[in-house]
Amino acid sequence: MSLASIADAIPIEEARGRGGGGPAPTRIVVAYGFWIFLLSDIIMFSALFAAYAVLSGNTAGGPTGRSLFDLHNVFIETACLLVSSYTCGLGALAGERRRFDLFYLFAALTFVLGAAFLYLEMAEFVGMVKEGAGPSRSAFLSSFFTLVGMHGGHVTVGLIWLVFMVGQVFAKGFVPHVLQRLLCFSLFWHALDIIWVGVLTMVYLIGSR
Amino acid sequence: MMDGDDLSHHLHDRTPGVRHEEPTADFLTYTAGLVFAIVLTIASFVVSQTNLLWAPGIPVGLIVLAFAQIGVHLVFFLHLGSGPDHTNNVLALAFGMLIVFLVLTGSLWIMANLNANTMSPADLMRMQR
Repeated sequence: MSLASIADAIPIEEARGRGGGGPAPTRIVVAYGFWIFLLSDIIMFSALFAAYAVLSGNTAGGPTGRSLFDLHNVFIETACLLVSSYTCGLGALAGERRRFDLFYLFAALTFVLGAAFLYLEMAEFVGMVKEGAGPSRSAFLSSFFTLVGMHGGHVTVGLIWLVFMVGQVFAKGFVPHVLQRLLCFSLFWHALDIIWVGVLTMVYLIGSR
Repeated sequence: MMDGDDLSHHLHDRTPGVRHEEPTADFLTYTAGLVFAIVLTIASFVVSQTNLLWAPGIPVGLIVLAFAQIGVHLVFFLHLGSGPDHTNNVLALAFGMLIVFLVLTGSLWIMANLNANTMSPADLMRMQR
């Protein structure tokens, strides 16, 4: 009996993630670790959400959300981010299937949509500051700019990360560690969309009523 | 016996912690997620801009829609499932949500109490007189 056939005869139990069947596969462990990071990020955002919820009524005689928010603009922003989340997922699928052409296409779409979101948000901020509704106007506006700006900052970081991921795929191809980073990137991008759901609901939709 | 190269190849394949590529999701999952998310987003905007819901209930309706939306994102985009690989992820999520809940409701509760129990500056001036 050759060693190889002995190795074949050993039943391989699939790792179950609870310690049975040996260590979990690398991608499961990596995704878990990154998920913990994302949750800590969400907890940080929850503090900013709490600050906004507490301060949203304190307008100090200045403009309220109702007079400032342009829901038309916000709807386009939401659509950009949602579709970019979709194209990011399709990009991750293309990576798993080692399809360079599709990966570059979806990465480019994700980048363009993310950048469009960021542009609209910056235009909104600039318009508000010009109207005299900058972060120093009232406690409501301070917390608004902190919360929404922090989300925008995360989107900026995500866009830079996406450029680096495309560079790594271009230079190294779809090797395992690049695929793991790609998995983490897509988790990050989807998590940003989840936080945006909170911002959209709490800040814009409830705030503009 | 076989030669070393072949053997090490065989054993290499057996290394725990390395599994063959298994696609996590397919095109259909993402597309279904996108469709659900679009429907829920449009519903949120419609609810907030019309009087479809009883007016005082609109914030509650919006929050319910937001939770549904987050659920769709978790299941269809982040592929959080009930499979054994996801036990730890779901537990971590549950703990994270507990902290988020405590931070949000705790802040609102404490600040509402403070506001109710703090005298306004005008009242304070009147007392000092």
